[in-house]
Amino acid sequence: MSQTNRLNGGLINRDRPMSFKFDGKSFQGYEGDTLASALLANNVRLMGRSFKYHRPRGPLTAGSEEPNAIVELRSGARKEPNTRATTAELFDGLTATSQNRWPSLAFDAMAVNDRLSTFFAAGFYYKTFMWPAAFWEKVYEPIIRKAAGLGSLSLEPDPDSYDKGFLHCDLLVIGAGPTGLMAALTAARSGAEVILADEDFALGGRLNAETFSVGDQSASGWAASLVGELSAMPNVRVMPRTTVIGAFDHGIYGAVERVSDHLPVPADGKPRQILWRIYSKQAILAAGATERPIAFEQNDRPGIMLASALRSYVNRWAATPAKRVAVFTNNDDGHRTAADLHAQGVKIAAVIDTRADGPVSRDYEVLQGAQVSDTMGRLGLTFVKVQLADGSERTLECGALGVSGGWNPNVHLASHQRGRPTWQDDIAAFVPGDALPVGMSAAGAALGHFSTHGALQSGVDVATKALDVLGITSNRPTLPEAEDAPINVTPFWHVDGAKRAWLDQQNDVTAKDVKLAHQENFTSVEHLKRYTTLGMATDQGKTSNMGGLAIMAELAGKSIPQVGTTIFRPPYTPTAIGTLAGRSRDEDFRPVRKTPSHTWAEEQGAVFVEVGMWLRAQWFPKDGETHWRQSVDREVSQTRKSVGICDVTTLGKIDVQGADAATFLNKIYCNPFAKVPVGKVRYGLMLREDGIAMDDGTAARLAEDHFVVTTTTANAVGVYRHMEFVRQCLFPDLDVQLISTTEAWAQYSVAGPNARDLLQKVVDPEHDISNEAFPYMACGEISIGGVRGRLFRISFSGELAYEIAVPTRYGDALIRKLVAAGEEFDAVVYGTEALGVMRIEKGHAAGNELNGTTTALNLGMGRMVNKKKDSIGSTLSEREGLNTEDALKLVGFKPVDPSKSVPAGAHLMTKGDKVDAAHDQGYITSACYSPNLGHHIGIGFLKSGDTRLGEIVRLVSPLTEVDHDVEVVSAHFIDPEGDRLRV
Amino acid sequence: MSDRSNDMIPRTPLGGTEPRVDTHGPVTLTEVTNTAIASFASRLGQESTAQDVLAKFLGTPVPEAGRAVFGDALGAFWTGPDQWMVTAPHTSHEDLAAQLVPLANGSASITEQNDAWCRFDLLGDGLADVFERLCPFNIRACSGGEATRTSIDHLGCFVVVADPTHIMVMGPRSSAGSLHHALMTAIRSAH
Repeated sequence: MSQTNRLNGGLINRDRPMSFKFDGKSFQGYEGDTLASALLANNVRLMGRSFKYHRPRGPLTAGSEEPNAIVELRSGARKEPNTRATTAELFDGLTATSQNRWPSLAFDAMAVNDRLSTFFAAGFYYKTFMWPAAFWEKVYEPIIRKAAGLGSLSLEPDPDSYDKGFLHCDLLVIGAGPTGLMAALTAARSGAEVILADEDFALGGRLNAETFSVGDQSASGWAASLVGELSAMPNVRVMPRTTVIGAFDHGIYGAVERVSDHLPVPADGKPRQILWRIYSKQAILAAGATERPIAFEQNDRPGIMLASALRSYVNRWAATPAKRVAVFTNNDDGHRTAADLHAQGVKIAAVIDTRADGPVSRDYEVLQGAQVSDTMGRLGLTFVKVQLADGSERTLECGALGVSGGWNPNVHLASHQRGRPTWQDDIAAFVPGDALPVGMSAAGAALGHFSTHGALQSGVDVATKALDVLGITSNRPTLPEAEDAPINVTPFWHVDGAKRAWLDQQNDVTAKDVKLAHQENFTSVEHLKRYTTLGMATDQGKTSNMGGLAIMAELAGKSIPQVGTTIFRPPYTPTAIGTLAGRSRDEDFRPVRKTPSHTWAEEQGAVFVEVGMWLRAQWFPKDGETHWRQSVDREVSQTRKSVGICDVTTLGKIDVQGADAATFLNKIYCNPFAKVPVGKVRYGLMLREDGIAMDDGTAARLAEDHFVVTTTTANAVGVYRHMEFVRQCLFPDLDVQLISTTEAWAQYSVAGPNARDLLQKVVDPEHDISNEAFPYMACGEISIGGVRGRLFRISFSGELAYEIAVPTRYGDALIRKLVAAGEEFDAVVYGTEALGVMRIEKGHAAGNELNGTTTALNLGMGRMVNKKKDSIGSTLSEREGLNTEDALKLVGFKPVDPSKSVPAGAHLMTKGDKVDAAHDQGYITSACYSPNLGHHIGIGFLKSGDTRLGEIVRLVSPLTEVDHDVEVVSAHFIDPEGDRLRV
Repeated sequence: MSDRSNDMIPRTPLGGTEPRVDTHGPVTLTEVTNTAIASFASRLGQESTAQDVLAKFLGTPVPEAGRAVFGDALGAFWTGPDQWMVTAPHTSHEDLAAQLVPLANGSASITEQNDAWCRFDLLGDGLADVFERLCPFNIRACSGGEATRTSIDHLGCFVVVADPTHIMVMGPRSSAGSLHHALMTAIRSAH
């Protein structure tokens, strides 16, 4: 059975046959087909099962508004659920599977739901699964999840990539039907930069689905020649397969270009899709209109579709769903479908026109003033029952029924910024209102001009207005001759008395469900949507919302515009999360920052840790070390015993210059900086405006008007931003300039008793770095192997220590030089773990202590907040609540039983007190094993901690079952007097 | 300063000893290391003096907002009100910042930025197709002499257009690998 429903003609390429599979069965179609058109050509009408009742369904439409023909496209990792067969472009080897059915599409066990539909009316979830509450998570939800839902995910990583991009234009034309083509041509010939985007792969909109002519060409031929002209113009970007999904602020639009969806796999290096951000000065919404169905009894059988879709399948794709069809209409456009199908040799059973005065035909029967009262056919339409004007009934045999209830302009993008559409009586539909997104105008069918002539004219007129705004003189093209027939619609929304007349076929919402919602007082349109699920899911009610509104209006005794529409939100059509993510996924989720010693560290087999975006060496395992603690203990011990080297490039460095540089630092830091001598470094603490500690670091004075400020690695960006804010907004009258130099200098810490001896071998001999010439907290310029550098005598470890910096390009050379020079001292290179151990041993606060809740007082630095000057945060740090007698103070802790640990996060309790929040005395912030002391240690905050040294407190962590005693000690476990720093 | 010792071998931002060159389709992507950079920010109230100093040094008027100038050796691009980045060959001007400090004589704050940035030059046709996948900077509207600060794959970068077939990207040096990857990915996607 091969393409038995394929007709002559159409815009398909019969020289390019294509094989594809649906539910495991092989079929053939042609280039230019969609999956839906190819299946219809192969006499397949049944393409899916509905969401709730698992009713058999076929395509309702021939476009992106499709609610029914939803399939899983492709297989394996590329499987994409909930894809519309009506827009899936056929390619050779395409595979598709129907979804939401078991075991097969023709026999679906869950179709039993349909028999139980009485129980599943609107709101049934809310009424049924209320009790017992405990059943929801364990019983109800898993059952509902299994039974309902759409397609299934592959659960494999998406093998394709997605780009994000940025485009700019004078005029964005959304939709390339007659309106959009004419608007683009007008603007393009006038010299504007134009982007013309359309979701279809063949541009032309309805012109590709009609048999009339435009000018002296066929409608599709005219569209093709215009696309050809536009494509050849350098100021025009023609974008097929591109859906404008959202209208955002300031003329910015989101658009998804499906670059490779029509290919078996994307070409090498090419993305599957691109999410474009289009910056437009003006935009024209030429998105056309969507035909709407009529609700009647059993109106969802495969074969029942919109009349315009039926016409599209026959004219554009030369595919008919059946050999014998009928049309049910309330307007003249339905008759065009019948005429076109008749001309193609499809038998017309009858045209059923709700109007008594509609047109008649010589070629087929027209039943005036009639309505479809019922349909038959389990897996596809076989008969329709018609109630004639005289009240009698007639049964028509047909395999397809085209339904036309009029047309709705596609106002969605016009309403993305909450502008409400307005009702237009003559077309019984909403059109874009007055409050459109800035720079947008609507044109053509999207504005309610449904004839081809009207669309062409509107395209030129609206483009001319847009060009006028841009100050471009319009070069108006001559309008080709085109049909100008009115639609003559008489509103008709649903056939009375139907038991199961489907409004929203995707969510199985019937006219009766709307009545139930009204009866239960869910009359607001937003409530109606949530209560019945009308207009939800992948199609967002493009074919159903109007029907629901009309019935609600009827019931509430209001007009449709009084009922109003729900809010339109982006995206216009479903958009893959991968498209929104773009390249920012997996290892490319964020950039990586590498230190100057990265290559060397890799050579040593370093274990890296992410700190912010930096990759820092965590420790350097040596042969025979099987546990990280062995490496870290060795690095710590050897540094304290001899000398250790650590890459500290990641610490933020901010160059502060200007005549008021010192004054500026006096504002930034709570401790004084004005009198720091040139050639000296001072430790500084920054407070937030609210008096809480923000960051700490050092400032080195390189000249009277020049400092280098260091920040913690994690806060480098935040501190720089804060300083820029202070400079630009709080003290714009100060002469101070800032720039980050974090990346410019490779900086290494050299720490330990042999630090000076090692460094002396490295720095050029003319530099005296003796204790006398270069004392503790000195800084200055230096050279290493003829390369200019900087030397700072500062220490984080508590040892005699220096930080030496060279331009980053020499960072790799310097680490190698330091390591080589250190050989005679058995120098180690240490990572962040050893760095952490040594700073805890020394009692230095870091990120764990500067945790956004602590003050200088808590940190034991209360006296640093200088009261003789005004600095940021100093006033608010005096708040009463921050200065209570029992304020938390940073102290050290050691376990009473030396074999126990002091885990960070554990809380402190006074011996004998109850263990609860009310009796909480504080908590451990940082902890480690100290190889120098031979047991675990911790630092943390304890109420009045500075007065409780020697007290035994209880350390508890109920979640990790920690409960033992620790002794309160000084936070400075090593060299509390700081003698080692100054030798 | 002592003579340069032969163990102080510079590395490129990508970690090599020689700049990396990649070609794909019509585009050649080159890691450029021979660039010295100094930031030049006018001191408060001395803007016109600073501007004169810089113009004299460059031999051309300073670039306006969003613009760059290129001389035989020296160049500059605008980075903010009354501030610029000054560029020169690293081989001849490694001490560019130090050279500028006495000329400015307190009218501008000058900071060495040589190694704060990695620089990649894209040469060839179809660069607009590449950049529209990278950043919102409208390269199609550029004819040469434009400069902007923008974000490329989350990295704050300068994009400087010498001409439509030669565009420079300067990004944070530590993320040179990520930036190079982003550029190559866009080149392969576009061509």
